[in-house]
Amino acid sequence: MHHVLVNERLSPNVTRLVIDAQRIAEIRQPGQFVIVHLGPGAERIPLTIADGDREAGTISLVIQAIGKSTADLVEVPVGGTIADVAGPLGRPTELPDHGRVLCVGGGVGTAVILPIAQELKHRGVAVTSIIGGRSREWVILEPDLRACGEVITCTDDGSYGRPGFVTEALKDALAEGGIDEVFAVGPVPMMRAVANLTRPLGVKTTVSLNPIMVDGTGMCGGCRVTINGAIKYACVDGPEFDGHAVDFAELVDRLSTYRPFEQFALERRGACSTTAEDAAAVAAAVAAATTPAGAAR
Amino acid sequence: MTLSEHPIPLPAADAETVTPKPPLSKKERMQIQRVEMPEQDAILRAANFREVNLGLTEQLAMLEAERCLECPKPYCIDGCPVRVNIPNFIRHLRDGDMAGAAASLLDDNALPCVTGRVCPQETQCEKVCLRAKTGRSVGIGNLERFVADWALANHAGSGASMSQPDALGKTVAIVGSGPAGLTAAKELAKRGYDVTIFEAFHAAGGVLIYGIPEFRLPKDIVQAEVDRLVESGVKIQANAIIGKTYTLPELRAQFDGVFIAVGAGLPVFMNVPGENFKGVYSANEYLTRVNLMGAWNPVSDTPVLHGQRVVVVGGGNVAMDSVRTAKRLGAASATIVYRRGPEELPARAEEAHHAEQEGVIFEYLTAPIEVLGDENRWVTGIRCVRMALGEPDDSGRRRPEPIEGSEFEVPCDMVVVAIGTKSNPLLTATAPELEINKWGYIVTDENGMTSMPGVFAGGDIVRGAATVILAMGDGKRAAMAMHAYLTPPEPAELPTA
Ligand SMILES: Cc1cc2nc3c(=O)[nH]c(=O)nc-3n(C[C@H](O)[C@H](O)[C@H](O)COP(=O)(O)OP(=O)(O)OC[C@H]3O[C@@H](n4cnc5c(N)ncnc54)[C@H](O)[C@@H]3O)c2cc1C
Ligand SMILES: Cc1cc2nc3c(=O)[nH]c(=O)nc-3n(C[C@H](O)[C@H](O)[C@H](O)COP(=O)(O)OP(=O)(O)OC[C@H]3O[C@@H](n4cnc5c(N)ncnc54)[C@H](O)[C@@H]3O)c2cc1C
Ligand code: SF4
Ligand code: SF4
Ligand code: FES
Repeated sequence: MHHVLVNERLSPNVTRLVIDAQRIAEIRQPGQFVIVHLGPGAERIPLTIADGDREAGTISLVIQAIGKSTADLVEVPVGGTIADVAGPLGRPTELPDHGRVLCVGGGVGTAVILPIAQELKHRGVAVTSIIGGRSREWVILEPDLRACGEVITCTDDGSYGRPGFVTEALKDALAEGGIDEVFAVGPVPMMRAVANLTRPLGVKTTVSLNPIMVDGTGMCGGCRVTINGAIKYACVDGPEFDGHAVDFAELVDRLSTYRPFEQFALERRGACSTTAEDAAAVAAAVAAATTPAGAAR
Repeated sequence: MTLSEHPIPLPAADAETVTPKPPLSKKERMQIQRVEMPEQDAILRAANFREVNLGLTEQLAMLEAERCLECPKPYCIDGCPVRVNIPNFIRHLRDGDMAGAAASLLDDNALPCVTGRVCPQETQCEKVCLRAKTGRSVGIGNLERFVADWALANHAGSGASMSQPDALGKTVAIVGSGPAGLTAAKELAKRGYDVTIFEAFHAAGGVLIYGIPEFRLPKDIVQAEVDRLVESGVKIQANAIIGKTYTLPELRAQFDGVFIAVGAGLPVFMNVPGENFKGVYSANEYLTRVNLMGAWNPVSDTPVLHGQRVVVVGGGNVAMDSVRTAKRLGAASATIVYRRGPEELPARAEEAHHAEQEGVIFEYLTAPIEVLGDENRWVTGIRCVRMALGEPDDSGRRRPEPIEGSEFEVPCDMVVVAIGTKSNPLLTATAPELEINKWGYIVTDENGMTSMPGVFAGGDIVRGAATVILAMGDGKRAAMAMHAYLTPPEPAELPTA
């Protein structure tokens, strides 16, 4: 049982939770994640460890509420509990000891970039973070990243910082030269765009993949991704990979597997309780979505 | 669902005193036909997740018990990997002494509710039963299940007889809560060790919880066994992944002994084109979603695809469980694609038989060569080739070889790959001093001790994918060996001169 100690809204749909998890706080490294399970009937949700306090025995998770499970999670109030937190999972980020590094964070991906930027700063590496969001209120963790080095903020609508996508700012930063490495975490299209920018320049680019997971320990194969033509399990071989080797199209495709289920889950959540009629309605909806014409389209 | 709400009434203690019956002659016993296990109707059960086998009534069990000849040299015991004293528990049962039968059985077998249901009896105890020579063997598995269920329902053989946990002041860590880990925990707790089980998942039970489906092994039975262990003082630390949350050397430093029973959990894929299309699952993922995460129930938060035409690749218990699960989730057609023939099916005979009854189609001597998909990368079919059996391979089984030009397609919208598992390197990678073989399985001596002194291992992580009862046997043997290692018997007192 883990307690929620802080529940803080960072942007319209991003929330930071601080929870007690002594052991994980002690040993976690940048790039690693946990699997959170609210309790019986709930889903297992993989979430990056955004920060941690070894002394206090706490970790923080930055969560974008996009579906039923993440919406349930960010509603756990201070003092509330989460049944299971397993980890730390995944390989730690392979970090350089010197040079100049660009950290690119899009949306909630900014939370994944933060522990990387913090460790880089600790190692004496020059860090520039490029972070973005739809508009001013969607930009998160800027002060935390500022503590690690220069920060360039971008908003799609130009309401704050540089107008446009983070990739525009990245293009300029790359054009200036002297960049040894790039870390990029965000929506898959953003990571793909970053990889496409750095590939011709030969700048090493690491991305963090977020395929659908169940166990997080290499036992189901559901998180398989194709890297340089070979199957890898993101939970144990990743989640970070060479951005130039990732089959992004396949990742995007596999992420859409449960889309109709996710919509039903959210609608049902709106209906609040799960009565027998609900169950029947969901069953009917699921059946309708999986007619012989093709599974779950 | 608690045990008392179980849809199938479990046998209860008989209040009446049993009047001893005059013993039957051997000839009379030989005349009794084997009692058939009552089961749910095939059409009904293929649409629900309730247990298929309904269990014997007390009357039927006692009748079947009469069939045992109480052989002076009971071969059946030799056929059982943990050497359950079969004629002994059957004799108590025949006499109506349920408590005596339960005590005898539980003494030899830590999880009889489980083995009575899932042991491949036809290749073990029942295969060598004397009666199998001239007809049908005694229904040992069915009787074992009856006695075990009676014991569970009547709280017989629970933690009461256990010695105080920690009576020895020695600690043991067990990694993994499958049958091997649970058995070792029980044996060690009984001997007074302070036992902690570390389990990667949020729930204990290993394959018994996440793999074998409800309709074959009700989860409340596994849970009751786990609860019993906890009552007897065993601690279970869930969400603890050894190799991540703690390393093996850390456990070794903190505990007097360690037993590794992490199973063989890494799924093997077919390595054919199209395997990453949407609608292709490993059996591990499919069964974990349905069983552990409860996706058979539409209100569960964890989704699972409901294939209409499902193909399962493989011929073992895992494949049967997957294909029958797909049926129960509404598949109009469910097909097994297996590269050898019906004689070579590694699944329990009963499971293949049940699958057939439920309308599962078997494509024998068939191997997949490609998964087909549409423009949105949803599975639309599987391309297969017919096989012929050639020369025997290393395992002594005839090696299947593709017949040229025999390719054909099976249309489907979901594929489950159940062609085996491998060892997961998560734990062993953090313990370089632990000796493993070329397949990544842990090497042990005849007592189950690994190359690290005080660290034992057993079950699938030593044998490769095997059976529940072999895993339990390993758990028991390692527990005894660990006991001897940690608490050597006092040297016998020397007679004083
Ligand atoms: C290693 C890793 C680290 C992650 N870190 C973070 C993080 O720090 N903050 C954050 O907000 N999100 C993170 N995610 C994504 C997060 O796990 C998913 O958004 C969440 O599981 C969605 O669940 P849902 O029920 O709320 O949404 P759903 O409605 O179920 O799904 C919304 C989308 O999330 C994806 N998704 C669904 N289920 C899973 C699952 N079990 N595993 C992964 N993706 C899934 C699907 O692509 C789907 O389209 C991470 C994912 C991975 C794999
Ligand atoms: C679907 C299916 C059906 C089967 N049907 C039958 C049958 O009918 N009859 C039969 O005899 N056998 C059957 N088997 C085989 C049998 O279940 C296994 O041989 C047996 O469970 C092995 O037991 P085990 O204790 O070695 O490992 P498991 O049961 O695999 O348990 C291992 C446990 O360790 C945990 N774990 C793994 N890694 C770690 C780690 N690093 N740290 C902490 N915990 C960890 C796992 O989560 C799991 O709970 C079946 C198997 C499957 C998958
Ligand atoms: S444990 Fe298995 S092999 Fe042994 S007697 Fe029971 S059913 Fe037979
Ligand atoms: S071999 Fe068969 S008949 Fe003989 S004791 Fe064993 S179960 Fe009974
Ligand atoms: S999440 Fe199951 S193997 Fe990675």
